[in-house]
Amino acid sequence: MSEKVLIKGNEAIAEAAIAAGCRHFFGYPITPQNELAAHMSRRMPKVDGVFLQAESEVAAINMIYGASAAGVRCMTSSSSPGISLKAEGLSYLAGCDLPAVVVNVQRGGPGLGSIQPSQADYFQATRGGGHGDYHILVLAPNSVQEMYSHTIKAFDLADRYRMTVMILTDGFLGQMMEPVVINNEQLTTNSEKPWAVTQGKGKNIINSLFLKPDALEKSNLDRYAKYQKVEESEPLHEGYLLDDAEIVVASYGASSRIARNAIDEARGRGIKAGLLRPVTLWPFPKKAFAKAAEKARAFVSVEMSMGQMIEDVELAIRCRRPVLLCSRVGGVAPEPAQILASILEADKEKAI
Amino acid sequence: MNTVFQKSPMLADMPLHYCPGCTHGIIHRLVAEALDELSVGDRTVGIAPVGCSVMAYNYFTCDFIQAAHGRAPAVATGVKRARPESVVFTYQGDGDLAAIGTAETVHAAARGENITAIFVNNAIYGMTGGQMAPTTMPGQVTQTSPYGRDPKAAGYPIRVCEMLATLDGTAYCERVSVDCVKNVRAAKKAVKKAFEIQLAGKGFSLVEVLSTCPTNWGLTPVGALEWLREKMMPYYPPGVYKDNA
Repeated sequence: MSEKVLIKGNEAIAEAAIAAGCRHFFGYPITPQNELAAHMSRRMPKVDGVFLQAESEVAAINMIYGASAAGVRCMTSSSSPGISLKAEGLSYLAGCDLPAVVVNVQRGGPGLGSIQPSQADYFQATRGGGHGDYHILVLAPNSVQEMYSHTIKAFDLADRYRMTVMILTDGFLGQMMEPVVINNEQLTTNSEKPWAVTQGKGKNIINSLFLKPDALEKSNLDRYAKYQKVEESEPLHEGYLLDDAEIVVASYGASSRIARNAIDEARGRGIKAGLLRPVTLWPFPKKAFAKAAEKARAFVSVEMSMGQMIEDVELAIRCRRPVLLCSRVGGVAPEPAQILASILEADKEKAI
Repeated sequence: MNTVFQKSPMLADMPLHYCPGCTHGIIHRLVAEALDELSVGDRTVGIAPVGCSVMAYNYFTCDFIQAAHGRAPAVATGVKRARPESVVFTYQGDGDLAAIGTAETVHAAARGENITAIFVNNAIYGMTGGQMAPTTMPGQVTQTSPYGRDPKAAGYPIRVCEMLATLDGTAYCERVSVDCVKNVRAAKKAVKKAFEIQLAGKGFSLVEVLSTCPTNWGLTPVGALEWLREKMMPYYPPGVYKDNA
């Protein structure tokens, strides 16, 4: 059974988690993600689930660590300053290969910043956020429907790879209402987790401490073999007018929707512009960018940050083409006219 | 020949890494025996801290999770909420429970989280080489209070049992000592009672165990026991501070 409803992005994430079998939510209030926790506090008691408002973001992520270690699907959500506090837990989750879904409804930074939308946590998310060698898988939806579908996907990926999957979104998408097709039946179930505690089949230990250097090195190498599979199998992107694009706009999340308008405008002026939207930010869709670089003369990275994703674009195309930055920060989104101006600027680049 | 004493089956067959004269070994045994006597070992999850007992996961035969520094009560909360039928305990030192993890401790107690905390108070950070702890005595010399803890600059020691007893969610808290046979036996009773409180679903239980650190106190094992009796027990009086049984 599915139905179409009009809900906020934050609420769509909460409903999707429940559809994915998540029955344990641990959170702490912070704007602009509050609708998510509020929705969970209403819904979890109705589905025999657990909603717990923790004393801090630090406590919440460590409750996730415990619940995940006990083998259940669980989720926490926050916004930028709160994600910084969760960084410790993200590192420990990685060190123990525990699955978890973490939502970051980004706001402006650094520091307390603002409560307005932002994409300034790109580096933090795609580089893991905490200490040590590790990655988290990062999904960047750009509609309320994707907030829903990507959250369900996040739980499956987290279990499959035993790693944290982050939904990296922002205050625009979190607060925005759009029609969403939701499923009223639970779509997926918990996978077998013989490694978890409380399984009653012999002693299990969840631990990230290795005092012997060679043992810790092996643990890291094994984890990176897993990450390699993720990089091979899981990169996702969406193209818009990309096949013949000479000017490729790279943009994700909310700003990618604004970029589309600018691309339509550019096409109207005879410029072959197209959009390459990374859907997974880690793994970054490197192959899609390398392929686009074969035809493109130049790239424009449109982001609500001071030039963070642009580095991944340049790496993906090995700096073979110029990449311009089009950005607004501090809670401001770029307008289509600004993006169009960047496309026009990029269009001055000579043919290959 | 009759067996009059044997190691608890809840303790793994491996040597402990603790220093000579350290009382962690006794406290491990008390926890293991209590869990065994209550026949809950197969559904028990222990949460190890950061500190001297970080490797407790190696020493017990039940499931174990190693937690980030101070976060054991939050991790225990996650486990207990996910698996309410399990028996969950944290094993934490003074730095872990009463400094970096104070918020997690207080709020787990305030929520009446149905878990048990075994709190080992030896008035010092042992694993890192003997720094001042939240429970270090006034005047006590440590690596980071080389002239003795001066309360004017470094504040006063925290009495955890007295503090947690004020919270409605705390069902049981008792302070015990393992300085002599009589007190070890009393400590065993307290540990077992704390688990019984959890099994009865009554809420948060904590046993504070006054413990020694001969290595970082710079005393012999016997001298350390005497120091515990003379210096710590008057400031941290043993006793039951809350009992909702």
